This record gives sequence, C-alpha cells and structure tokens, in this order.
Amino acid sequence: MDDADHNGLSVDKVSMVFTLPGGGSVHALNNVSLDLASGELMSVLGPSGCGKTTLLNIIAGFLAPTEGGVFLNGHQVTGPAAERGMVFQQGALFEWLDVRKNISFGPRMMGKSKKEWGPKVDHLLDIVGLGDFGDKPVYQLSGGMQQRVALARCLANDPDVILMDEPLGALDALTREKMQGLVLKLWKETGKTIVLITHSVEEALFLGERLIVMAPRPGRIHREYRLPFAEQGLTISPREIKASADFVEKREEILSMIWEMEEEIMGRASA
Amino acid sequence: MTDAPNDNGSETKLVAAPQEQPSALMMWLGLADNSFTRQKTVKFGDPTAVNSGRLYSFITVIFLLLLWWVTTSQGWVKPIYWPSFEAVGNRLTKLYEQGFRNVALWEHVYISVYRVLTGVFFGAIVGIPLGFAMGLSSVARGLFDPIVEFMRPIPPLALIPLIILWLGIDETAKITLLFLAALFIMIIAARSGVSGVKISKVHAAYSLGASKFQVLKNVILPNALPEIFTGIRTAMGVCWGTVVAAELVAAEKGVGSMIMIAKNFLQTDTVVIGIIIIGIIGYAIEMLMRLLERWLIPWRGKG
Ligand SMILES: Nc1ncnc2c1ncn2[C@@H]1O[C@H](COP(=O)(O)OP(=O)(O)OP(=O)(O)O)[C@@H](O)[C@H]1O
Ligand SMILES: [Mg+2]
Repeated sequence: MDDADHNGLSVDKVSMVFTLPGGGSVHALNNVSLDLASGELMSVLGPSGCGKTTLLNIIAGFLAPTEGGVFLNGHQVTGPAAERGMVFQQGALFEWLDVRKNISFGPRMMGKSKKEWGPKVDHLLDIVGLGDFGDKPVYQLSGGMQQRVALARCLANDPDVILMDEPLGALDALTREKMQGLVLKLWKETGKTIVLITHSVEEALFLGERLIVMAPRPGRIHREYRLPFAEQGLTISPREIKASADFVEKREEILSMIWEMEEEIMGRASA
Repeated sequence: MTDAPNDNGSETKLVAAPQEQPSALMMWLGLADNSFTRQKTVKFGDPTAVNSGRLYSFITVIFLLLLWWVTTSQGWVKPIYWPSFEAVGNRLTKLYEQGFRNVALWEHVYISVYRVLTGVFFGAIVGIPLGFAMGLSSVARGLFDPIVEFMRPIPPLALIPLIILWLGIDETAKITLLFLAALFIMIIAARSGVSGVKISKVHAAYSLGASKFQVLKNVILPNALPEIFTGIRTAMGVCWGTVVAAELVAAEKGVGSMIMIAKNFLQTDTVVIGIIIIGIIGYAIEMLMRLLERWLIPWRGKG
C-alpha cells in the first residue's frame, strides 16, 4: 500500500498480541486493515472482547501494535496527538474545571490566548446546547450533558479524526437518540473523519456511512457495509429511517450475525 | 397544588396525604427523623437512617458534669486525683491572668500549634514531591519504597529517644520529629493520589495536545489534590498528638509541657485544663481542615 500520498486514515495490517503477566497471550487483533477517506464516518460493531477498544487505542496512539501500523495523511502514528481527538464513554472530563475550561483545554494547552479560543468555545457551547452552563462545574451536569461537553472539548481542538469509544453507551434511550442526531449534525457541519465504536446495532447503522462488524478470537474484520442512512438522516426524520424496511432488514441481519458469534464464544467457553 | 373540577363536576383534590412536619427543634435534637428517612421502611442497617441523637449527647454531657460535681463536692475523690469545679475555674482565671510559669496560657497553646504547623508544612513541602516522584517513576519508587514502607508502621513517638540523642531537646529536635511524622503520611498520600488517576483522563489530555509537563500540572496534580488534602488533615491530627507527647518528654513551653510540669507540682487542676485545651484544639484543627477542604476542593469524589 502506498501510504505517502494517501489522504485520510489507514490502518495497515495491524495485529495485536497481549502477553499476559502470568504467561500466555491474548491475540486481540489479527491483520486488520482499513482505509478511511477524509470526512468519512465509520461505525464499528462486534461482540464483547473482539478488540474494538484495542483497535481504537492503537489508532489513538495509546498502544503500539505488535505488527503493522496506522497512518494519518501519510505519516505514521506513534503516539497520541491533537490531530486525533478522543471521546470516551464517560468519566474523562476534568471535574476540577468548569464546562468552559474543559472545552478550552486543548487550545489552552497549545498556548492560545483567550481571545483566540473564547468565541469558538462560546459557539461550541451553543451548538451542543449548553450555552447557559459554561460556568458550571462539570459534575453538576447530567450524563447526557457531560457527553456533550466531551464532544465540544474534542471539537474545540479541531482534530482531523475523532475517535469515539461507546460515547453514548451510558445514556438512556431517549437522550441517546437525541445525541445521535447531534453527532450526525456535527459530522456534516465539520466534515471530520469519525470512527465510532458502539454496542447498538441501530446506532451503528444510523450513523455510519460505513460499518464494520468485527469477529473475535482473534479480533478481525468480519464484514463491511456501505450505508445510505447517515446521508438520509440529514433530511428524513430518524424515526422514519429506523422504521424503513431496508434499515430493519440490515439490523436483523447484523444482529443475528453478532448473535451467532456470541453463541460460538459461549460454546467454545463451555466446551 | 391546584383543585381542578373533573368531568362529573365534583372536585378531585390532588393533594398528597398530609405529612406532619416535625419541628426543626425536634429534628435538631435527633428526636425526629427528616421526612425522607421517615418514609423508609428499612432503617436497621441503613447508615443514613441513624440521626445525630443530639439529645442523648446532651444527656451524656450533663451526666458527666453532674458526676464530676457530685464526686468532688461530696469529697468522694481527693482533689489531687480530680479537682472540683471551683478549683478548675479559679485555676483557669489565674492561668489566664498570670500565665503558667511566667508564660502566658495562649503562648503555651500558640507554641504547640506553631510546632505542628511548621512540621506539617515541611513534611508537605518535602513529602508531596517525593510522593509524586514515587507515583510517576519506577526509579523513584524503587529508591524510596524501602524507606517509606519501613518508616510507615513506626509510631513517631518511638523516634523521640534517637532524636534527643542526635539533636538534643531544643526547638529543632521537636520540629524534626513532627516533620518526620508528617513526611511519611504526605509521601503516601501524594503517591496514592497520583496512582489513583483515571487513565482515560490522562489519555484525553494527551489527545488534546498536552505535553508531559502539562499533563502533570493540569491533570495529575489537580486529580491528586483531594488525597493530598486528606494527607494534610491526617498529618495535622497525628502531629498534634505527637507534639503534646514530645512536650511531655522535654520542653519548657507548650501545652504538653504545661501539664507535665503541673503534674510535678501536683496541680491536678492545671493538668485537667491542659487536657481539655488539647482536646478542643485537636477538634478545632479537624473541623477547620474539613471546612477548608469543602471550600478548596469542591469536586472531591465527583469524578
Ligand atoms: N491490557 C490488556 N492486557 C491483556 N489483555 C487485554 C488487554 N486489553 C485488552 N485485552 C484483551 O484483548 C481482547 C480485546 O479487548 P477489547 O477491550 O479491545 O475488546 P472490546 O471489543 O472493546 O470489548 P467490549 O465491547 O467489551 O468493550 C479481550 O480478550 C481482552 O481481554
Ligand atoms: Mg471496549
């Protein structure tokens, strides 16, 4: 593969083996390759333990793969950097800072003045619907509001790629649907490349322009889809899309695919 | 609550069954539970269902004072073992007016508190960076771990003889003892504060472009502050106990020395006053630290 002139994110034949302290090893990823054009949104599904978080941590630069490499706009990823922003499931906000200070964290670390980040942060606060909460400590916000702060904090830094590991996983169903709409809107407005891990098949289908389903032991890409729903979601109401025949069919197909994998795991475990 | 006429024309009252609110006094005395606790059916084993029981505290205090008054006024205990109310009152006035052994009462208290604050201050100044180093670097952890783990279970009082041999009984010796008492508490507190950081916070900061130093300053340090503060509070308590004991052994000034010297003159009333002062100051330090903590670290436990 010619990485030098590739514009976007590519994961090149990545394998990951964890060596366990008591001897033995876990083959978490085996020969995973992906190419994401700039501005694409890809969701990642798969049974628990199939290596989704491991893959995301490798892309983020928190883990070095045993084999292969990750490239962004042609250069190799060797560690975390501001070009790749992260939205965690929960608990990654800085509880000693208020909402505005959390959101402006990235720009402040880069030594930007308040003049530079102030208007941008105010704008982001409005976009995520927290205009009145800038001066509140983050621990006074609800779970959904906290995740909106996490999104805004990531966006304030203007990364090329946004990596999300179950960003909506801790939210109730209704808040979750609303947040999906927000993610979709932000994705379209900002044109960011996004990798989104989720356990919800519906969410993966609705948000992902592309979707990969991973299989476990060793973790690998099982199926890939290109989906029309994210595009439709900008004009048609989410409820309507999620009820459409095409959507329902895909959902059932993927659900039974993941079910089969889970059953196989259980079978192997009890054998 | 509003009354709305329903379809039948009759009125339905949307009013909950009336709940009699106990008076504020009853609640303060612990004779009535707050309305939330009163709704609970499971109370035994629910720690929040145990109220202050303040009335009973008053009973205890009054009983103890009565016991004091009766036993001394009836001459059941000799004044040398336990003084009467009047003796203590008179002594307190005298101490207040003339001081103890040419040193004002407040100065005895001041010097003890000063020693504690100085010891804790230096303990924190040295201990916090050491604890941070131990939490952040294997080399530092390896280097200091044997010392810290060895010193941790040794009560500071057991160091007094060595310190007297090395440094004598002057002010430096006392401050050194308190410094050591605070030091290991502060090292351990800072170390566990650093180790307790959630990795996702550190990762988030690096992903937002922070440098190592920025992560240290903007994530690890604030994240460790609650633990550090707990360390300071513990160190204050331990040092207060240690200073009194150290003053019992060798000192001319300080509350501890005051009660020790008073004992030699069989001034039991002064001894009792000293003990009460020690209790009150220890309690005040604890309360003050809790107040400071709520004010300085409002995010404690909210991560
Ligand atoms: N630090 C580690 N040391 C050893 N094994 C690990 C480590 N991290 C992950 N693993 C193993 O690698 C495999 C993949 O883990 P990973 O967390 O990536 O799964 P996941 O797909 O994110 O699962 P989930 O959906 O439950 O979050 C698992 O079998 C896990 O036990
Ligand atoms: Mg995971």
